[in-house]
Amino acid sequence: MADGNCLIANDWICGEYVRTRGQELTDATLQHIGITLASVAIGLLVALPLALLARRWRPVAGPVLGATTILYTVPSLAMFSLLVPVFGLSAAVVVTGLVLYSLTILVRNILAGLASVPQDAREAARGMGYGPVRLLFAVELPLALPALMAGLRIATVSTVSLTTVGAIIGYGGLGNLIYEGMRSYFKSQVLTASVLCVVLAVVADLALLLVQRLLTPWARPKRRTKPGKPVAGGAGRPEKAVA
Amino acid sequence: MGVLERTWDWLATAAHWSGTDGVWHRLGEHLFLTVVCLLISCAVALPVAVVLGHLGKGGALAVNIANVGRAVPTFAVLVLLLLSPLGTHGSWPTVIALVLFAIPPLLTNAYVGMREVDRDMVEAARGMGMTGAQVIARVELPLAFPLIVTGVRTAAVQVVATTTLAALPGGGGLGRIITAGFRLTDTAQVVAGALLVAALALLVEGAFVLLQRFLDPMRGHVTAVQDRPA
Repeated sequence: MADGNCLIANDWICGEYVRTRGQELTDATLQHIGITLASVAIGLLVALPLALLARRWRPVAGPVLGATTILYTVPSLAMFSLLVPVFGLSAAVVVTGLVLYSLTILVRNILAGLASVPQDAREAARGMGYGPVRLLFAVELPLALPALMAGLRIATVSTVSLTTVGAIIGYGGLGNLIYEGMRSYFKSQVLTASVLCVVLAVVADLALLLVQRLLTPWARPKRRTKPGKPVAGGAGRPEKAVA
Repeated sequence: MGVLERTWDWLATAAHWSGTDGVWHRLGEHLFLTVVCLLISCAVALPVAVVLGHLGKGGALAVNIANVGRAVPTFAVLVLLLLSPLGTHGSWPTVIALVLFAIPPLLTNAYVGMREVDRDMVEAARGMGMTGAQVIARVELPLAFPLIVTGVRTAAVQVVATTTLAALPGGGGLGRIITAGFRLTDTAQVVAGALLVAALALLVEGAFVLLQRFLDPMRGHVTAVQDRPA
């Protein structure tokens, strides 16, 4: 097979494309990962105090949840466009938009996780002389982790997918390649970037699942009781608290 | 504050509202695509979800399809369809992408709604001699109604958002005002278009919330399965 031909024939799958544009693909993937990581990390840093605030002062809870829900309804293209006058054509537009989206899921799931902490565990910790800060970090947050991590996974996967829309202002990671490929009718570029995008989402999801397993050893299914029989692959386990 | 004033000026200019590139025409396109695609996806997804939910089968499918819908970028699918042989057939790529992304919330919510119906009630209905179809129509559907409407609401907002994105590969709808604004580097037009799109999405969401309140006798007991629109 003549390798260069697939570029000329504009095939969907083209090894030559991946070989010759490796650097471009790597750069786009790194930008994609950077935008996603920044958005989810900032989202988590903002969502945690918001959720704690909403839990502490009931009157705040309604407005916080309402505002994040409204933000969530705004289509991504409109969200990024509205942020352009604020930040100019920079990556900050995309990151801010994605942070605002992730807040809805993260705040809700952190609240649900904190609400699911058994009252007995709290009482026991208080009885042992835990102050409010130690109670939060040593007892409540660890017990809220499954719900928090479920939210983090959903937020991360949606963020990876939505980052592509940032291509409208040139900061869309792999979305930039899809956008260029659309303009120039370059099939293998569009397909390769799209597939990489989905792979990125799946890898991120699995990585977070692994982190969750490592952080919550008590929640692992008991496998050691019957070493001969493998436990059915987690299909029947309760799904996320709030989506 | 210059941008806000210029945006207001843009919106207040009558010429921007008329003609093929005008707001009214784009809004018409947007609403037409939204309604048609929502109806198609409801017709495809709801019967499947109701039957699967009734039989209690395909739970893994209903859950996984939501995860797949979240992981696959809408923009990528729009462009892939445009470059496929379908791309030469007018708005078909857009319609297909819209339907594809509206199906997951419809399917998942309707399925969960059907499964969450109290099993005792279903048993009681069977004991009274109801057939499968009667159980669906008289017991399960009324009780699953709130979640089914939630699914339709999520799908509707999703379709509005996806239709906006369809402007990037040259589809119709209000997104075209934004993309044209970017091409002309006219920030006021970009912001004006974005405001119109955001207002439309919020109106659709609000309309469905009201509809749900009026039609649903058991409000307050709904656990929403929500998904981020594109």
